[in-house]
Amino acid sequence: MSPPDAKPNETGYIHHLHADQFDDLVPQALANVELRGALAKATNTIRNRRAIALEEIDDLQELRSRAKSIKTEALAHLDDHLETFERQATANGIHVHWAADAESASAIVLDIAIKNKTRLAVKAKSMVSEEIGLNDALIDAGIVPVETDLGEWIVQLAEEPPSHILAPAIHKRRREIRDLLARVLGRPMPDDAAGLTEVARHELRARFAQAELGISGANFLVAETGSFLLIENEGNIRLTTSLPRVHVAVAGIEKIVPRLKDLGPLVRIITRSATGQAISCYQTLVTKPKTSPEDDGPEEIHLVLLDNGRSKLLEDDLTAETLRCIRCSACLNVCPVYRQIGGHAYGSVYPGPIGAIFTPQIAGMHAASQLPGASSLCGACREVCPVDIDIPGVLLHLRHRAAEGDQSTGNHPEADPRTTEKTQSMRRGFRFWRWAMGSSRRFQVFGAVGRLLATVIRQVPSLTKYAGPLAGWTDGRTVPRSPGRSFRSGKMARRLRPEGQGRA
Amino acid sequence: MRIALFVTCLMDQFRPEAAEATVSVLEHCGCEVVFDPRQTCCGQPAFNAGLHQEAIPVCRGAVRVLDDQITRGGCDAIVTPSGSCAAMFRHAIGLLDGEDAAAAKRVAEATHELSEFLVRRLQRIDVGASWPGRVAWHDACHGLRELGIKSEPRRLLEAVDGLDLVESSTCDRCCGFGGTFSVNLPGVSTGMADDKIDELETLGIDAIVSGDASCLMQLEGRLEARGSRIRGVHLAEILAAREPLTRANS
Repeated sequence: MSPPDAKPNETGYIHHLHADQFDDLVPQALANVELRGALAKATNTIRNRRAIALEEIDDLQELRSRAKSIKTEALAHLDDHLETFERQATANGIHVHWAADAESASAIVLDIAIKNKTRLAVKAKSMVSEEIGLNDALIDAGIVPVETDLGEWIVQLAEEPPSHILAPAIHKRRREIRDLLARVLGRPMPDDAAGLTEVARHELRARFAQAELGISGANFLVAETGSFLLIENEGNIRLTTSLPRVHVAVAGIEKIVPRLKDLGPLVRIITRSATGQAISCYQTLVTKPKTSPEDDGPEEIHLVLLDNGRSKLLEDDLTAETLRCIRCSACLNVCPVYRQIGGHAYGSVYPGPIGAIFTPQIAGMHAASQLPGASSLCGACREVCPVDIDIPGVLLHLRHRAAEGDQSTGNHPEADPRTTEKTQSMRRGFRFWRWAMGSSRRFQVFGAVGRLLATVIRQVPSLTKYAGPLAGWTDGRTVPRSPGRSFRSGKMARRLRPEGQGRA
Repeated sequence: MRIALFVTCLMDQFRPEAAEATVSVLEHCGCEVVFDPRQTCCGQPAFNAGLHQEAIPVCRGAVRVLDDQITRGGCDAIVTPSGSCAAMFRHAIGLLDGEDAAAAKRVAEATHELSEFLVRRLQRIDVGASWPGRVAWHDACHGLRELGIKSEPRRLLEAVDGLDLVESSTCDRCCGFGGTFSVNLPGVSTGMADDKIDELETLGIDAIVSGDASCLMQLEGRLEARGSRIRGVHLAEILAAREPLTRANS
């Protein structure tokens, strides 16, 4: 297909999405003490490292605005840049493929794998490959995919999805990993992290040499040169993209940047934001397959450009901000909600604040309408975002669409029926609230009723079950002690009335 | 300077003494304060829930009352003892239409959160308060991240006689309130409060101080449920206090 002309894909799809079960997954996560301990420790470490790494930059705000403007410019002329990229990459000898949706992206990779008689494929960590469900598609075709990022390998062995964009096994404690490896490999395991990593290293080395195919994602696609950049610390991506005879990379179309020099500011800010490193251990810039037998690297390189609902986000300036994301996951590490529940509770490949805005927009609100509610709108995510995405603003926009729809959908709520039911109950409460707030007199009357009810519930907390949507308050909290009067009924408030304002 | 007070619905009904303290502090600083009792709520709870049909009329009501005070009532500024409600008027510009949007813009520009008003506009740090005790400050999210308020309340508190301000390492973490969030996901919400309270308990403080009554309701509700001796106090209550310093600081 030829995509710049193709119709934008209306409905995306995210593999293994069960974000509609958010309400059931959250209590499970909260009950998991081990998980919360692991999350608190890990996110504290990463957020502190990030803060220290960014302090070293003198011109941080300038760097952030540079990073933001590169991505904004790239998205403003996305079709042009994609065409340039295709032209340049093709001239370099890279096969460029276009995938409108997850299914066709998986089919393209599978086709390449089968043509090259692949039995074993080594994989570099790639969120987009999770999004399109690539591993399941490969397994169904009898091909064994082996994850080679340490954390991703661990979750693959545990038969779990990643719970973090960058640190897939962040929810696992060392002991748990030791026991998992002992069970899967059938021998005793060392206790220390270095020893466990050594085991992984030995297990994976052999696979790199055997694999017929290497599969990766891409951090940035450079239109000017037709190359793409991969950033990592473990060296597994370097091996995945250079040892097997064939390399396939899958990347979302939003990964494009216009020029090679754009990589400078973006790499500077992504590693510091992601892991608190001034620079990652490896940066691999892939430009062309090997041209002579003496060269290293794959003989054949493919790049699959995935839309899967992304181009639809470009229709609106606010939703388009979502596509600026460079997947550093700084927002996850500072998010107080993510810190409480971890990634799996989101029921989405993309968890945390960015997942709460990306997933419903890609997969459709009906599939993930509870996710925009997974935020207290504290704004910590926006504060750390290296490309200044207004995540709380997009969350508010999506909550509105879930509840009431917008012009583009004819003002019909976009939420799934379960959330709609919840929203409807909330709406009934807010209809009453609107009426009660509609006049000073009603406000005074219902304020007094509210204070009275608070006093009663404070005495008899079991009565809270009659409090409708407000009942959740007494789950672990006391009701405020009510004063016997409001401010407006007091002597002082009466003294402060402006002229011409008689009785309230 | 003539000030229109936007007292906020929560403080009006559940913390009248903090509202009166707000007025006392402003009057102490030479302001004339007016309170238009036609005001109710800024509309934020429904707006944050995505329910614009419910939010719009309530928000419009607040905007019209306050705009009336600044355009016709001779008020120079609007002061509110809540960063969250102050930030809501910025959202109101996009939420409302036509003349109401223009009024929202005027209201948003004229509105100041209390500490911001005292320090930036009046350039007052010492308001003559005395309050014996050890406290930590909680940065309410909207005040901190939407209005950029960070040093102002700390400078005001440091100038209070007898008060010992300690920094909490979790001062800028959300308390977990978040409006309907607090009742929709109560376990997550109280977990977030615990994250802060666990650290506050190690600081030996008498009170956690905030500029938002909603954060205080959340933190106090959780502190009391945990049986903590720490209480919640609104910034205005401290700034208006004239308590004798005879009691030895514990």
